[in-house]
Amino acid sequence: MPHDHDHPHSHLPSDPALRVKALETLLTDKGLVDPTALDEIIDLYQNKIGPQNGARVVAKMWSDPAFHKMMLNDPMSTLQDMGLYGRQGEHIVFVENSNDVHNMVVCTLCSCYPWPLLGIPPGWYKSDAYRARSVREPRAVLAEFGVALPEGKKVRVWDSTAEVRYLVVPQRPAGTEGFSQEALAALVTRDSMIGTALAQEPRA
Amino acid sequence: MSRIHDMGGRLGTGPVDPQDGYAFGEAKDWHKRALALNVACGFLGQWNIDASRHARELLDPKDYMSFSYYEKWMGGLADLMVEHGVVTGEELASGQAAGVSPIAEKAAKPEMVEAVLMNGSPYTREADAPKFTVGTKVKTRRITRNVAVPDGHTRLPAYAAGAVGEVVLQHGAHVFPDSNAHFKGEAAEPLYAVQFSAQELWGGEADPRDEVVLDLWQSYLEPAQ
Repeated sequence: MPHDHDHPHSHLPSDPALRVKALETLLTDKGLVDPTALDEIIDLYQNKIGPQNGARVVAKMWSDPAFHKMMLNDPMSTLQDMGLYGRQGEHIVFVENSNDVHNMVVCTLCSCYPWPLLGIPPGWYKSDAYRARSVREPRAVLAEFGVALPEGKKVRVWDSTAEVRYLVVPQRPAGTEGFSQEALAALVTRDSMIGTALAQEPRA
Repeated sequence: MSRIHDMGGRLGTGPVDPQDGYAFGEAKDWHKRALALNVACGFLGQWNIDASRHARELLDPKDYMSFSYYEKWMGGLADLMVEHGVVTGEELASGQAAGVSPIAEKAAKPEMVEAVLMNGSPYTREADAPKFTVGTKVKTRRITRNVAVPDGHTRLPAYAAGAVGEVVLQHGAHVFPDSNAHFKGEAAEPLYAVQFSAQELWGGEADPRDEVVLDLWQSYLEPAQ
């Protein structure tokens, strides 16, 4: 085990952008990294995988009772069929908000997050403050996001300590009867699927 | 106590900044390259996800607190690379490759990236039947620690050590990070979602209605009265 004060990484340049560049160049020269493969990875998480995927699932859950039941009980094979499977999303559990319970997801030990459904996590999700406080004072954290829960509603916080990834199913807003799945999906924000927001209200 | 990464319940971090929430597409270029480098180096097959988490946990606490997120990833990656002989400390220091790597053929190729990442890497395994069922009251280990490897990797947060909760979900058997992070085998164990009342974890300061659920491996748990 390396000594705590003599880590190899300390040999790299101190400016982080230069550090990344130096490592990429070294690994490319050693044949361990193909820069065009890095471009592909970035393209995948920038353009193909993101919260629009999770929003599509939530909108379908709101619209289709059989699909809703499947997602709550045994979602993985259906998610695979929908192309919503992959690294950091091999074991998904949907947790549904109700009039009684508001769910919220965190990873206090690192930054576990359902990549195939939500993409790469936002900065605040990875911050010390969110990791530290959401398990201890979730209502104060929700207030910082502008969320006030009705009196009597319980908060259940899911700390992602294993390879299981949790996705919050927000409550369907009133006034959306008859909406298409596409129109519903537009109301399902990333933060509403982490549990730091509610689904958006439809425009009057 | 545990290492600095074990953030749950820590005081003094200040408010959460919801504005720090831009999409990955708007991230700085070096953030994107750092993420991609870490993902691509996983293709080399020299370590596993638990070992890469542990490498970030082993960062000096001063570095851990001062590094931004992707700096931690780069720090952990560089340390893993040297630990596993993929690059040498001299190569890192000079930036000069001492020749092509003998494992270069494992490097991620652009045409295979999407298929491999979308294929996933499931962590469920065959193992002994679970000892606990939904509704079982369990108590977590106190204090949190890796019982096989001194100061080793573990996934029981300090804030939930020594607490009594109730099994709410059985997840099947999952690869055991305390073993896998140290290349001592996958040693799969039954994994459970265990629910704790917020007051069990935080005392009277917590709202009596609230709950926290954690995923915990069987060997972290014992039956509670």
